[in-house]
Amino acid sequence: MCIAIPGKVKSIVNENTATIDMGGICRDVNMDLMGGANESQIGRHFLVHVGYAIAEISEEESEETMHLLRQIAGLEEIDTPESESI
Amino acid sequence: MENGNLPSKPAVPELEKKLLGRIKGSKKPLRIMHVCGTHERTIAKYGLRSILPKNIEVISGPGCPVCVTPEEDINIAIALAKSGATVVTFGDMMRVPGSAESLLDAKSEGANVKMVYSIDDAIALAEKKPELEVVFFGIGFETTVPANAAALLRKTPENFSLLTSQKQTPPAVEFLARDADVDAFIAPGHVATIIGTKPFESLAEKGFPIAVSGFEPGDILLGINLLQMQAEEGISRVDNGYPRAVKPEGNQIALKIMNEVFETSDSEWRGIGKIENSGLVLRKEFEEKDAAKKYEDLYASALEDVRKKTGGKDKKRCICAAILTGKAKPSQCPNFGKECTPKNPAGPCMVSQEGMCYNWFRYSREGGNRVA
Repeated sequence: MCIAIPGKVKSIVNENTATIDMGGICRDVNMDLMGGANESQIGRHFLVHVGYAIAEISEEESEETMHLLRQIAGLEEIDTPESESI
Repeated sequence: MENGNLPSKPAVPELEKKLLGRIKGSKKPLRIMHVCGTHERTIAKYGLRSILPKNIEVISGPGCPVCVTPEEDINIAIALAKSGATVVTFGDMMRVPGSAESLLDAKSEGANVKMVYSIDDAIALAEKKPELEVVFFGIGFETTVPANAAALLRKTPENFSLLTSQKQTPPAVEFLARDADVDAFIAPGHVATIIGTKPFESLAEKGFPIAVSGFEPGDILLGINLLQMQAEEGISRVDNGYPRAVKPEGNQIALKIMNEVFETSDSEWRGIGKIENSGLVLRKEFEEKDAAKKYEDLYASALEDVRKKTGGKDKKRCICAAILTGKAKPSQCPNFGKECTPKNPAGPCMVSQEGMCYNWFRYSREGGNRVA
Protein backbone atom coordinates (compact mmCIF):
# COMPACT_ATOMS: atom_id res chain seq x y z
CA MET A 1 0.00 0.00 0.00
CA CYS A 2 0.79 3.64 0.25
CA ILE A 3 1.68 6.38 -2.15
CA ALA A 4 5.28 7.48 -1.85
CA ILE A 5 6.60 10.53 -3.68
CA PRO A 6 10.16 10.70 -5.04
CA GLY A 7 12.29 13.74 -4.42
CA LYS A 8 15.83 15.14 -4.49
CA VAL A 9 17.65 16.37 -1.40
CA LYS A 10 18.39 20.09 -1.77
CA SER A 11 19.84 20.87 1.65
CA ILE A 12 20.27 19.56 5.18
CA VAL A 13 18.28 21.24 7.96
CA ASN A 14 19.61 19.28 10.93
CA GLU A 15 20.71 15.74 11.83
CA ASN A 16 17.15 14.43 11.40
CA THR A 17 15.84 16.56 8.57
CA ALA A 18 16.54 17.33 4.94
CA THR A 19 14.80 19.69 2.55
CA ILE A 20 13.62 17.63 -0.41
CA ASP A 21 12.36 18.91 -3.75
CA MET A 22 9.36 16.84 -4.79
CA GLY A 23 8.31 17.95 -8.25
CA GLY A 24 9.05 21.60 -7.57
CA ILE A 25 7.62 21.68 -4.06
CA CYS A 26 10.21 21.69 -1.30
CA ARG A 27 9.37 20.08 2.02
CA ASP A 28 11.31 19.29 5.14
CA VAL A 29 11.50 15.51 5.31
CA ASN A 30 12.56 13.35 8.25
CA MET A 31 15.56 11.15 7.38
CA ASP A 32 15.60 8.96 10.53
CA LEU A 33 14.64 5.85 8.53
CA MET A 34 17.68 6.48 6.33
CA GLY A 35 20.00 6.66 9.34
CA GLY A 36 19.67 10.42 9.75
CA ALA A 37 20.38 13.43 7.54
CA ASN A 38 23.85 14.34 6.35
CA GLU A 39 25.55 16.41 3.67
CA SER A 40 26.38 13.38 1.52
CA GLN A 41 22.66 13.01 0.76
CA ILE A 42 22.50 16.32 -1.12
CA GLY A 43 21.61 15.61 -4.75
CA ARG A 44 20.48 12.05 -4.03
CA HIS A 45 16.92 10.85 -4.56
CA PHE A 46 14.56 9.28 -2.00
CA LEU A 47 11.00 8.00 -1.80
CA VAL A 48 9.04 10.04 0.74
CA HIS A 49 6.00 8.73 2.59
CA VAL A 50 4.03 10.68 5.25
CA GLY A 51 6.93 13.07 5.75
CA TYR A 52 9.63 10.39 6.08
CA ALA A 53 12.15 9.13 3.51
CA ILE A 54 11.69 5.34 3.29
CA ALA A 55 14.09 4.30 0.51
CA GLU A 56 16.82 5.69 -1.70
CA ILE A 57 16.18 5.40 -5.42
CA SER A 58 18.02 6.31 -8.60
CA GLU A 59 17.57 9.65 -10.33
CA GLU A 60 16.07 7.85 -13.32
CA GLU A 61 13.49 6.10 -11.16
CA SER A 62 12.69 9.36 -9.41
CA GLU A 63 12.03 11.11 -12.71
CA GLU A 64 9.92 8.25 -14.09
CA THR A 65 7.77 8.11 -10.97
CA MET A 66 7.36 11.87 -10.79
CA HIS A 67 6.32 11.88 -14.45
CA LEU A 68 3.63 9.33 -13.64
CA LEU A 69 2.44 11.30 -10.62
CA ARG A 70 2.28 14.51 -12.67
CA GLN A 71 0.28 12.68 -15.28
CA ILE A 72 -2.15 11.49 -12.63
CA ALA A 73 -2.34 14.92 -11.01
CA GLY A 74 -3.06 16.55 -14.36
CA LEU A 75 -5.93 14.21 -15.05
CA GLU A 76 -7.55 14.20 -11.64
CA GLU A 77 -9.37 17.39 -10.94
CA ILE A 78 -11.21 16.46 -7.72
CA ASP A 79 -8.25 15.25 -5.69
CA THR A 80 -8.06 17.01 -2.36
CA PRO A 81 -4.98 17.54 -0.18
CA GLU A 82 -6.41 15.37 2.57
CA SER A 83 -6.95 12.44 0.26
CA GLU A 84 -3.25 12.49 -0.59
CA SER A 85 -2.28 12.11 3.02
CA ILE A 86 -1.95 8.38 3.42
CA MET B 1 -18.34 11.06 -15.90
CA GLU B 2 -15.40 11.85 -13.70
CA ASN B 3 -13.04 10.36 -16.24
CA GLY B 4 -13.97 12.87 -18.91
CA ASN B 5 -10.47 14.32 -19.04
CA LEU B 6 -8.76 11.07 -19.85
CA PRO B 7 -6.96 11.04 -23.18
CA SER B 8 -9.03 9.40 -25.91
CA LYS B 9 -6.11 7.32 -27.18
CA PRO B 10 -3.63 6.86 -24.37
CA ALA B 11 -0.27 5.61 -25.49
CA VAL B 12 0.78 2.10 -24.50
CA PRO B 13 4.57 2.19 -24.35
CA GLU B 14 6.62 -0.51 -26.01
CA LEU B 15 7.61 -2.25 -22.79
CA GLU B 16 3.99 -2.55 -21.70
CA LYS B 17 3.03 -3.86 -25.14
CA LYS B 18 5.70 -6.54 -24.91
CA LEU B 19 4.63 -7.54 -21.41
CA LEU B 20 1.02 -7.67 -22.49
CA GLY B 21 1.95 -9.88 -25.42
CA ARG B 22 3.72 -12.27 -23.08
CA ILE B 23 0.77 -12.29 -20.70
CA LYS B 24 -1.61 -13.07 -23.56
CA GLY B 25 0.68 -15.85 -24.70
CA SER B 26 0.07 -17.83 -21.53
CA LYS B 27 -2.96 -20.09 -21.51
CA LYS B 28 -2.87 -20.84 -17.80
CA PRO B 29 -5.82 -19.28 -15.94
CA LEU B 30 -4.79 -17.29 -12.91
CA ARG B 31 -6.78 -15.53 -10.22
CA ILE B 32 -4.45 -12.96 -8.66
CA MET B 33 -5.03 -10.92 -5.51
CA HIS B 34 -3.12 -7.73 -4.82
CA VAL B 35 -3.04 -6.26 -1.32
CA CYS B 36 -2.19 -2.64 -2.01
CA GLY B 37 -4.53 0.28 -2.48
CA THR B 38 -2.07 2.03 -4.76
CA HIS B 39 -1.91 -1.05 -6.98
CA GLU B 40 -5.70 -0.89 -7.26
CA ARG B 41 -5.40 2.76 -8.18
CA THR B 42 -2.94 2.01 -10.99
CA ILE B 43 -5.00 -0.94 -12.24
CA ALA B 44 -8.22 1.08 -12.31
CA LYS B 45 -6.64 4.26 -13.55
CA TYR B 46 -4.96 2.66 -16.53
CA GLY B 47 -7.74 0.21 -17.30
CA LEU B 48 -5.47 -2.78 -16.94
CA ARG B 49 -8.34 -5.19 -16.30
CA SER B 50 -9.84 -4.29 -19.64
CA ILE B 51 -6.69 -5.22 -21.58
CA LEU B 52 -5.88 -8.44 -19.74
CA PRO B 53 -6.92 -11.74 -21.30
CA LYS B 54 -10.03 -13.41 -19.88
CA ASN B 55 -8.02 -16.11 -18.14
CA ILE B 56 -6.33 -13.52 -15.88
CA GLU B 57 -8.42 -12.05 -13.10
CA VAL B 58 -6.96 -9.46 -10.72
CA ILE B 59 -8.87 -8.83 -7.51
CA SER B 60 -8.25 -6.41 -4.69
CA GLY B 61 -7.53 -7.61 -1.17
CA PRO B 62 -7.34 -5.63 2.08
CA GLY B 63 -4.61 -3.24 0.96
CA CYS B 64 -6.16 0.05 1.97
CA PRO B 65 -5.28 0.99 5.56
CA VAL B 66 -8.27 3.25 5.95
CA CYS B 67 -10.58 0.46 4.77
CA VAL B 68 -9.41 -2.09 7.33
CA THR B 69 -9.41 0.16 10.42
CA PRO B 70 -12.19 -1.29 12.59
CA GLU B 71 -15.22 0.75 13.57
CA GLU B 72 -14.42 0.33 17.27
CA ASP B 73 -11.02 1.99 16.87
CA ILE B 74 -12.71 4.92 15.13
CA ASN B 75 -15.29 4.98 17.94
CA ILE B 76 -12.49 5.27 20.48
CA ALA B 77 -10.83 8.11 18.53
CA ILE B 78 -14.17 9.93 18.37
CA ALA B 79 -14.79 9.33 22.07
CA LEU B 80 -11.37 10.78 22.87
CA ALA B 81 -12.09 13.85 20.75
CA LYS B 82 -15.45 14.30 22.44
CA SER B 83 -13.78 13.96 25.82
CA GLY B 84 -11.67 17.01 25.18
CA ALA B 85 -8.52 15.63 23.59
CA THR B 86 -7.33 16.98 20.25
CA VAL B 87 -7.34 14.02 17.87
CA VAL B 88 -5.15 14.41 14.81
CA THR B 89 -4.88 12.00 11.91
CA PHE B 90 -4.55 11.67 8.15
CA GLY B 91 -7.29 13.27 6.06
CA ASP B 92 -8.79 10.06 4.72
CA MET B 93 -9.19 8.66 8.21
CA MET B 94 -11.36 11.61 9.19
CA ARG B 95 -14.08 10.62 6.73
CA VAL B 96 -14.37 6.91 7.48
CA PRO B 97 -17.57 6.13 9.38
CA GLY B 98 -17.30 4.56 12.82
CA SER B 99 -20.34 2.82 14.26
CA ALA B 100 -22.41 6.00 14.32
CA GLU B 101 -20.36 8.77 12.77
CA SER B 102 -16.95 9.78 11.44
CA LEU B 103 -14.27 11.94 13.03
CA LEU B 104 -15.31 14.65 10.56
CA ASP B 105 -18.90 14.40 11.85
CA ALA B 106 -17.59 14.69 15.40
CA LYS B 107 -15.58 17.76 14.35
CA SER B 108 -18.70 19.38 12.94
CA GLU B 109 -20.36 18.80 16.32
CA GLY B 110 -17.55 20.68 18.05
CA ALA B 111 -15.04 17.96 18.87
CA ASN B 112 -11.42 18.94 18.34
CA VAL B 113 -10.23 16.96 15.32
CA LYS B 114 -7.42 18.04 13.01
CA MET B 115 -5.83 16.72 9.84
CA VAL B 116 -2.07 16.33 9.53
CA TYR B 117 0.31 15.23 6.82
CA SER B 118 2.77 13.53 9.17
CA ILE B 119 3.11 12.45 12.80
CA ASP B 120 5.75 15.17 13.07
CA ASP B 121 3.05 17.78 12.39
CA ALA B 122 1.07 16.34 15.31
CA ILE B 123 4.11 16.56 17.59
CA ALA B 124 4.75 20.13 16.46
CA LEU B 125 1.16 21.00 17.38
CA ALA B 126 1.62 19.49 20.85
CA GLU B 127 4.83 21.50 21.31
CA LYS B 128 3.22 24.72 20.13
CA LYS B 129 0.08 24.31 22.26
CA PRO B 130 1.01 22.71 25.59
CA GLU B 131 -2.51 23.35 26.87
CA LEU B 132 -3.86 20.71 24.45
CA GLU B 133 -3.79 16.94 24.90
CA VAL B 134 -2.78 15.89 21.40
CA VAL B 135 -3.56 12.31 20.34
CA PHE B 136 -2.24 11.06 17.00
CA PHE B 137 -4.55 8.36 15.59
CA GLY B 138 -1.92 6.17 13.94
CA ILE B 139 -3.18 3.78 11.30
CA GLY B 140 -1.45 2.04 8.44
CA PHE B 141 0.83 -0.80 7.47
CA GLU B 142 4.57 -1.29 7.61
CA THR B 143 5.16 1.63 5.25
CA THR B 144 3.72 4.09 7.75
CA VAL B 145 4.50 2.51 11.11
CA PRO B 146 8.30 3.14 11.11
CA ALA B 147 7.63 6.88 10.95
CA ASN B 148 5.52 6.62 14.10
CA ALA B 149 8.27 4.62 15.78
CA ALA B 150 11.00 7.08 14.78
CA ALA B 151 8.93 9.96 16.13
CA LEU B 152 8.46 8.25 19.50
CA LEU B 153 12.18 7.51 19.78
CA ARG B 154 12.79 11.23 19.74
CA LYS B 155 11.72 13.18 22.79
CA THR B 156 8.04 13.98 22.43
CA PRO B 157 6.13 16.42 24.65
CA GLU B 158 4.14 15.11 27.63
CA ASN B 159 0.87 16.24 26.07
CA PHE B 160 1.40 14.00 23.02
CA SER B 161 0.31 10.37 22.73
CA LEU B 162 -0.45 7.75 20.09
CA LEU B 163 -3.68 5.85 19.54
CA THR B 164 -2.59 2.89 17.46
CA SER B 165 -4.51 0.84 14.94
CA GLN B 166 -1.47 -0.35 13.02
CA LYS B 167 -1.28 -3.52 11.01
CA GLN B 168 1.17 -5.96 9.41
CA THR B 169 0.56 -7.17 5.88
CA PRO B 170 2.01 -10.72 5.62
CA PRO B 171 -0.22 -12.26 8.36
CA ALA B 172 -3.31 -10.87 6.61
CA VAL B 173 -2.22 -12.26 3.25
CA GLU B 174 -1.61 -15.67 4.85
CA PHE B 175 -5.01 -15.49 6.56
CA LEU B 176 -6.76 -14.77 3.28
CA ALA B 177 -4.84 -17.47 1.47
CA ARG B 178 -6.42 -20.07 3.75
CA ASP B 179 -9.89 -19.81 2.26
CA ALA B 180 -9.83 -17.21 -0.52
CA ASP B 181 -10.27 -18.43 -4.06
CA VAL B 182 -6.88 -17.11 -5.14
CA ASP B 183 -3.97 -18.68 -7.07
CA ALA B 184 -1.26 -16.06 -6.58
CA PHE B 185 -0.50 -12.71 -4.94
CA ILE B 186 1.00 -9.40 -6.01
CA ALA B 187 2.79 -8.14 -2.91
CA PRO B 188 2.79 -4.44 -1.97
CA GLY B 189 5.88 -2.62 -3.24
CA HIS B 190 6.26 0.05 -0.60
CA VAL B 191 5.50 -2.30 2.30
CA ALA B 192 8.27 -4.49 0.86
CA THR B 193 10.53 -1.44 0.72
CA ILE B 194 10.46 -1.63 4.51
CA ILE B 195 10.07 -5.35 5.29
CA GLY B 196 11.84 -6.81 2.25
CA THR B 197 10.75 -9.92 0.39
CA LYS B 198 11.52 -12.54 3.03
CA PRO B 199 8.29 -12.19 5.08
CA PHE B 200 6.34 -13.40 2.05
CA GLU B 201 8.43 -16.55 1.61
CA SER B 202 6.36 -18.66 4.01
CA LEU B 203 3.32 -18.00 1.87
CA ALA B 204 5.22 -19.02 -1.24
CA GLU B 205 6.21 -22.22 0.54
CA LYS B 206 2.50 -22.96 0.89
CA GLY B 207 2.23 -23.01 -2.90
CA PHE B 208 1.31 -19.43 -3.82
CA PRO B 209 3.41 -17.66 -6.45
CA ILE B 210 4.20 -14.12 -5.25
CA ALA B 211 5.58 -11.10 -7.07
CA VAL B 212 6.46 -7.79 -5.42
CA SER B 213 5.39 -5.02 -7.78
CA GLY B 214 5.93 -1.31 -8.21
CA PHE B 215 3.22 1.15 -9.08
CA GLU B 216 3.43 1.98 -12.75
CA PRO B 217 1.26 0.11 -15.27
CA GLY B 218 4.32 -1.73 -16.56
CA ASP B 219 5.19 -2.79 -13.01
CA ILE B 220 1.78 -4.40 -12.57
CA LEU B 221 2.02 -6.15 -15.94
CA LEU B 222 5.51 -7.36 -15.02
CA GLY B 223 4.16 -8.71 -11.73
CA ILE B 224 1.40 -10.60 -13.52
CA ASN B 225 3.88 -12.04 -16.02
CA LEU B 226 6.25 -13.15 -13.24
CA LEU B 227 3.35 -14.95 -11.55
CA GLN B 228 2.36 -16.58 -14.84
CA MET B 229 5.89 -17.87 -15.36
CA GLN B 230 5.93 -19.39 -11.88
CA ALA B 231 2.54 -20.98 -12.41
CA GLU B 232 3.56 -22.43 -15.77
CA GLU B 233 6.67 -23.94 -14.23
CA GLY B 234 4.61 -25.29 -11.34
CA ILE B 235 6.69 -23.47 -8.75
CA SER B 236 6.01 -20.84 -6.12
CA ARG B 237 8.53 -18.32 -4.82
CA VAL B 238 8.80 -14.60 -4.14
CA ASP B 239 9.91 -12.67 -7.23
CA ASN B 240 11.07 -9.10 -6.73
CA GLY B 241 9.58 -7.10 -9.59
CA TYR B 242 10.44 -3.77 -7.94
CA PRO B 243 14.20 -4.09 -7.32
CA ARG B 244 14.83 -0.38 -7.91
CA ALA B 245 13.20 0.32 -4.51
CA VAL B 246 12.97 -3.05 -2.74
CA LYS B 247 15.93 -4.94 -1.31
CA PRO B 248 15.42 -8.55 -0.18
CA GLU B 249 16.28 -7.55 3.37
CA GLY B 250 14.14 -4.38 3.28
CA ASN B 251 15.10 -1.21 5.11
CA GLN B 252 17.02 -2.56 8.09
CA ILE B 253 17.18 0.80 9.86
CA ALA B 254 13.40 1.23 9.63
CA LEU B 255 12.80 -2.34 10.82
CA LYS B 256 15.10 -1.88 13.81
CA ILE B 257 13.36 1.34 14.80
CA MET B 258 9.92 -0.21 14.32
CA ASN B 259 10.78 -3.25 16.43
CA GLU B 260 12.29 -1.11 19.15
CA VAL B 261 9.01 0.71 19.71
CA PHE B 262 6.29 -1.74 18.66
CA GLU B 263 5.60 -5.41 19.21
CA THR B 264 3.34 -7.84 17.43
CA SER B 265 -0.20 -8.40 18.65
CA ASP B 266 -3.44 -9.82 17.32
CA SER B 267 -5.48 -7.24 15.46
CA GLU B 268 -9.03 -6.70 14.29
CA TRP B 269 -9.46 -5.98 10.56
CA ARG B 270 -12.65 -4.29 9.47
CA GLY B 271 -14.84 -6.70 7.58
CA ILE B 272 -12.48 -9.60 8.18
CA GLY B 273 -12.24 -10.05 11.95
CA LYS B 274 -9.33 -10.83 14.19
CA ILE B 275 -6.10 -11.94 12.52
CA GLU B 276 -3.41 -13.40 14.75
CA ASN B 277 -0.10 -11.55 14.94
CA SER B 278 -1.23 -8.94 12.43
CA GLY B 279 -1.10 -5.87 14.68
CA LEU B 280 1.63 -3.64 16.06
CA VAL B 281 1.18 -2.15 19.53
CA LEU B 282 3.47 -0.09 21.73
CA ARG B 283 5.99 -1.96 23.84
CA LYS B 284 5.71 -1.60 27.63
CA GLU B 285 8.60 0.89 27.72
CA PHE B 286 6.47 3.29 25.68
CA GLU B 287 3.10 2.76 27.39
CA GLU B 288 3.06 6.31 28.76
CA LYS B 289 2.62 7.34 25.12
CA ASP B 290 -0.29 4.94 24.62
CA ALA B 291 -3.43 7.07 24.40
CA ALA B 292 -5.71 4.07 24.98
CA LYS B 293 -4.12 3.63 28.41
CA LYS B 294 -3.40 7.26 29.21
CA TYR B 295 -6.99 8.36 28.66
CA GLU B 296 -8.82 5.12 29.44
CA ASP B 297 -11.03 6.65 32.13
CA LEU B 298 -11.51 9.89 30.23
CA TYR B 299 -13.05 8.38 27.13
CA ALA B 300 -14.95 5.49 28.76
CA SER B 301 -18.23 7.38 29.13
CA ALA B 302 -17.98 8.98 25.70
CA LEU B 303 -17.32 5.58 24.16
CA GLU B 304 -20.35 4.20 25.96
CA ASP B 305 -22.44 6.92 24.32
CA VAL B 306 -21.15 5.95 20.88
CA ARG B 307 -21.96 2.31 21.55
CA LYS B 308 -25.47 3.17 22.78
CA LYS B 309 -26.17 5.01 19.53
CA THR B 310 -25.54 1.84 17.55
CA GLY B 311 -26.91 -0.70 19.97
CA GLY B 312 -23.51 -2.33 19.90
CA LYS B 313 -23.94 -3.51 16.34
CA ASP B 314 -22.17 -2.49 13.18
CA LYS B 315 -24.33 -0.75 10.63
CA LYS B 316 -24.69 -2.79 7.47
CA ARG B 317 -24.24 0.03 5.02
CA CYS B 318 -22.53 -1.81 2.24
CA ILE B 319 -20.64 -4.96 1.29
CA CYS B 320 -17.12 -3.62 1.92
CA ALA B 321 -16.32 -6.76 3.94
CA ALA B 322 -16.91 -9.01 0.94
CA ILE B 323 -15.02 -6.60 -1.32
CA LEU B 324 -11.99 -6.51 0.99
CA THR B 325 -11.73 -10.30 0.85
CA GLY B 326 -12.14 -10.60 -2.90
CA LYS B 327 -15.56 -12.24 -2.64
CA ALA B 328 -17.51 -9.48 -4.36
CA LYS B 329 -17.02 -6.63 -6.79
CA PRO B 330 -18.02 -3.06 -5.93
CA SER B 331 -20.68 -3.07 -8.65
CA GLN B 332 -22.43 -5.90 -6.79
CA CYS B 333 -23.10 -3.59 -3.83
CA PRO B 334 -26.65 -2.16 -3.91
CA ASN B 335 -25.39 1.16 -2.53
CA PHE B 336 -22.45 1.55 -4.93
CA GLY B 337 -22.72 4.84 -6.81
CA LYS B 338 -26.10 5.56 -5.26
CA GLU B 339 -26.08 6.07 -1.50
CA CYS B 340 -22.33 5.57 -1.50
CA THR B 341 -20.08 7.88 -3.53
CA PRO B 342 -16.65 9.47 -2.93
CA LYS B 343 -18.36 12.68 -1.83
CA ASN B 344 -20.68 10.83 0.54
CA PRO B 345 -19.07 7.49 1.37
CA ALA B 346 -21.21 4.96 3.21
CA GLY B 347 -18.37 2.51 3.70
CA PRO B 348 -14.60 2.72 4.04
CA CYS B 349 -13.77 1.37 0.56
CA MET B 350 -15.31 4.51 -0.99
CA VAL B 351 -13.32 7.00 1.11
CA SER B 352 -9.70 6.74 0.13
CA GLN B 353 -7.89 6.89 -3.19
CA GLU B 354 -6.63 3.47 -2.13
CA GLY B 355 -10.13 2.05 -1.71
CA MET B 356 -11.41 -0.36 -4.32
CA CYS B 357 -14.89 1.21 -4.48
CA TYR B 358 -13.41 4.70 -4.82
CA ASN B 359 -11.31 3.61 -7.77
CA TRP B 360 -14.13 1.69 -9.43
CA PHE B 361 -16.42 4.69 -9.06
CA ARG B 362 -13.77 7.09 -10.23
CA TYR B 363 -12.51 5.28 -13.27
CA SER B 364 -15.08 2.73 -14.31
CA ARG B 365 -17.94 0.70 -12.93
CA GLU B 366 -15.92 -2.39 -13.86
CA GLY B 367 -12.60 -1.37 -12.42
CA GLY B 368 -10.74 0.53 -15.05
CA ASN B 369 -10.83 2.42 -18.30
CA ARG B 370 -9.84 0.81 -21.53
CA VAL B 371 -6.41 1.98 -22.61
CA ALA B 372 -5.66 -0.26 -25.55
